[in-house]
Parts: sequence; C-alpha cells; structure tokens
Amino acid sequence: MMSKLIGLAEAAALVPDGATLSLGGFTTQRHPMAFVYELIRQKKRDLYLFGHSPGGDWDILLGAGCVKRVELAYEADEAFGTIGPRWRRAVQAGRIEWEDYSNFGMVTRFQAGAMGLPFLPTRTAFGSDVFAKEALSAEQRAADPRTSQLKQAVMESPFQPGEKLLLLPAIHTEFCVLHVQKATESGLVRVEGQTFADNIQALCADTVIVTVEEIVPEEVMRQEPERTLLPPFAVTHVAHVPFGSHPYAVYNYYDSDPRQLKDYHAAAMIDEDFQAYLDKYVYGVPDFEGYLAAVGKTRLDSLKADPDYGYSPNLKRRRLD
Amino acid sequence: MTTISNPPLTYSLTELMAVTAAREIQDNEVVFAGTGLPMLGAMLAQKTHAPNCLIIFEAGAIGSRMRHLPMSVGDPRTVRGAAMAVGLAEVFTYMLQAGKVDVGFISGAQIDRFGNINSTSVGDYRHPAVRFPGSGGSCDIACLAKRTVIIAQHEKRRLPEKIDYITSPGWLTGGESRKEAGLIRGGPSVVVTTKGVLRFRPTSHEAYLASYHPGLSAENVRDDTGFTLDTAGAFETPIPTTEELDILRKVVDPERIFLK
Repeated sequence: MMSKLIGLAEAAALVPDGATLSLGGFTTQRHPMAFVYELIRQKKRDLYLFGHSPGGDWDILLGAGCVKRVELAYEADEAFGTIGPRWRRAVQAGRIEWEDYSNFGMVTRFQAGAMGLPFLPTRTAFGSDVFAKEALSAEQRAADPRTSQLKQAVMESPFQPGEKLLLLPAIHTEFCVLHVQKATESGLVRVEGQTFADNIQALCADTVIVTVEEIVPEEVMRQEPERTLLPPFAVTHVAHVPFGSHPYAVYNYYDSDPRQLKDYHAAAMIDEDFQAYLDKYVYGVPDFEGYLAAVGKTRLDSLKADPDYGYSPNLKRRRLD
Repeated sequence: MTTISNPPLTYSLTELMAVTAAREIQDNEVVFAGTGLPMLGAMLAQKTHAPNCLIIFEAGAIGSRMRHLPMSVGDPRTVRGAAMAVGLAEVFTYMLQAGKVDVGFISGAQIDRFGNINSTSVGDYRHPAVRFPGSGGSCDIACLAKRTVIIAQHEKRRLPEKIDYITSPGWLTGGESRKEAGLIRGGPSVVVTTKGVLRFRPTSHEAYLASYHPGLSAENVRDDTGFTLDTAGAFETPIPTTEELDILRKVVDPERIFLK
C-alpha cells in the first residue's frame, strides 16, 4: 500500500500564491489550524477562499494578509467571538474582495462541484439581499476565472410552470484541506461526530490534504468501511498532526480552548496586538510543535475530551479570570 | 443587569426572553436552532414543556439532547446523545428545504416591521460602516422553515423603519410579497425582544405589539421602536414560572454563558 504521509511544511509548500482553497470544519470545530499557521509562516499571498461558516481559521489568514478574495456565508466563532475581528476590519477598510451567500447556498455550490454539475437548483434566498445584491462587480468577475461569472441565476421549472428556482454555480478548488480524527497512511479517512461539508468540499478539489489526530492501521479502518468519509482517490496527502485544530474542538479528542480564543479575539481587535499574536504563535516559533509549546502542556491537557462526552464537560467557558 | 421583581419571583430580562421564546415551541415539533439565545431557548423547551421536540443544528446534529449548553451550532456538545450526526447538506436539503422543519429559531441584529432581519452589514453594502458575520444558515431557515421565531435586542436603531440589508427574509413588504418573491412557505410568527413580544397581523403581515414585559407599558415599547408600532390590545408578558427559572439556571445554563 502506497503511503500518502507528508510533513506539514511540505504539504503547505504545495499551495502556490493565488491558489483556490477550501478548509474543513465549522465555526468552532475541526479547522486545519496547524496547516493554516504554516500557510501564514510561509507567507502565502492572494489566496481565494471558499467556505460556508469558517471561524478563526479564515480570520487569522485574512489578518495575516494571505487572502485576496473570499466567498462565504459567515465568519465568526459564535459565542466565543460573535464577529471575526479581522474579517470585519478587512471589509470595513476595503482590504478584501468578497461575495455573500447563505450556508445552504455555499453547500449547494460545493455539492454541484462534487457531482460534476455546473450548478444546482434550490428554493432558498428569494426576497433577500443575499439574492438581490452582489459584492463583487461584473468587471471583477469577468476579469478572473477563479470566480463564477455570475453570482447566481433564476429559472422557471420546466416541469411546473410558474415555479421559480435559484441556480447556484458549482465550486471547483485547487486545494481542500481537512482536519479529522482518524486516517490510515494510505488515505482512508474517518470523521467522528458531524461531517459538516468536509466530504463534499474534498470532492470538488484537485488536491486534498488531510491533517489527522491519529493514524490508524489499514485493517482497523477496513473493518468498518461504512465509517470512511471519502473514496481513496479523493485523498492526496495525509499529515499526522495531533492537536492540529487548536484552539478549536475535535469531537472525541479535545474541546475548544476558551482562553486561547479569548486572547485571540482581544488581540485581533487591535492591529499591533494582532501582529504580536502572530509573532508569538506563528512567526516566532519554527513549527506547530513550537506553537503547542507556546500554548503549554497544562492548558492542552485541560482540553482533552472525556470519553463519556466527547468533550471536556467541566471546562470553564466564561469568566475565565 | 436588568432585573425585574415580581415578588416573590426575581428574574433577569434575558431569562424572561429565554422563557418567552421557549414557550413558542410545541412538543413534538422539529426545531432548527440558530446560534446564541435560540440554542438556550430550544434547550429550555426540551427540558420543560416540549420533551419530544426534535432539535436540529445546521452543522449536522439531528435530535440533540444536550447535557451542556453549546457555544456554537457546531459544538461537540450537540453530538453525544443525539439521534443522528450528519452534515450541512443533509440538514439543509432533506430536512429544511424538503419542508420537515416546523420552527426556525434565530436571532438578528436589525429587524423591520415585517420581520426581515439584517445580520450582514450597516451602511452601504459594498462599503459598510459595520460588518457583521453574514447569513450563516439564517437566510435559509427564514426562507424554508414552516414558521420562524426571532429573538432580538429592542432599541430604536435595531428596529428601524428600513433595514440596510435583508439577510433573512420575513414578510418582505407585507401582504402577498413573500409568496410573490418565490418563497414557498414560512414566515416569522413572533419576535421576542428585550421589551416585549411582537406578532404579525394575518393579512398585512405587519408587526404589532402583542405584549410588553413587566415593568414597561405599551407606550414605553412603542417609543423605543423605530417603526410605527400598533399597540392595540397589548397585554403584559406572562412571567416565568419557578420551575422554568430553576431549570434554566440549574440545568440549561448554570455557567451563565448566555444568561445575564
């Protein structure tokens, strides 16, 4: 069996400036954060991000100046931080190009891409400004094949005259990066808990890099093939990165880190403090091992999931001081 | 912290809102809960009068029975004990779009008199003064649930005559406009605010004040609303019961994550 194992730095080096990319996870869980820090450390520029509900994975990439354009539905850490501070600042300062969709809209777009279709119909968004307004101009769209030439289109059902459907364009990305619980060296991947849209995002990307908490033997995975997320050909590389989603949760492994998220949100409100955060946790350490050392073993141990819950039931999430 | 004393009960405004919103959920209903106070309200309903309500989250948990309050709709706390764990596509297509969701439970930064919600930005859309996170699943829930329960802060600027961006469509411009826009079902049924409860007239779909919270009057609420609010027939919002408050404080949110 051919091994798909790759080092984190080597994997991140595959992504060129200007690449189109989607990242797995949802707001506060299973983002490939170690990979994100490595993209920042390698000073990637002009990335095009596609997502439904990212959180701090996108926020720190945006803040570090790695991103040119995003297509999304939401960017925040929910109750840990109800707005992505760098996302807010980037939009308000005119430093980012973006287009708004809804979560269902973005997931439908990924589904179309994964199915090999140019678009899919839905019944959502009519009457809203998600439907009526466009953030990207026609000129911006026309000038760049990485973005769909149209935000959307409306058609009447050929089977039901008078019935309107919203057509949403497929997404195709050069890269998709996921962080999951288990994988084999050969690239069989298992997600525990919610799948979010990880499987669909992977199926509309050319190169899929999966960072993983635990490498498990081939025969263990093949014992329960119904739990495998993706066909073998869909996974290009596997990198073994325990705690690779910190400060976000990984069901059955560890919880979100309320302290780290609080520090991030406080720092990200102020330009100088945000730079200091990057210096401490990204530029000032050689690799992800260095990042975990900067966070500290005591903290990481406090986040470990209780097997009865899949998270840390006694973790304090408010009033941390 | 605003507290209201109705001897012998003392409760905060957030507690009153959570209880009032939870009471909008009936037993056995399918509830699609958005982030923030809706997660609290849905959990309270399930632990009081609606034990068989099916709570679903867009991130993929279906039939959650949470032992701890989640911080996000993608929190691991929504998973263990749930009926099913899937992903966004399954929830949005097979549950929401297919018409299986009875109640969408969401919150909003700005709301107008037809229950349209803005959670995208304030000011010119392409050059906003303030940017919010964006729709998330809110637009979809507002479009495709059979009815929508909304939680909001009640201030003049948050309930303006016209909102800057319609993220989640309510009754649009009233009358038949929602149907004419292409939406096949749903619409907001109630807005629970920090000052009262707004409902919608049957044909015009315009908001009216159904009740004002204890300690306030219909006039107080009308004066703090940016649009013209019909207050005819408004009564005082029924207060929480001791049992509801007890469960809310001891079981649902003992850490006081959302409760103030």
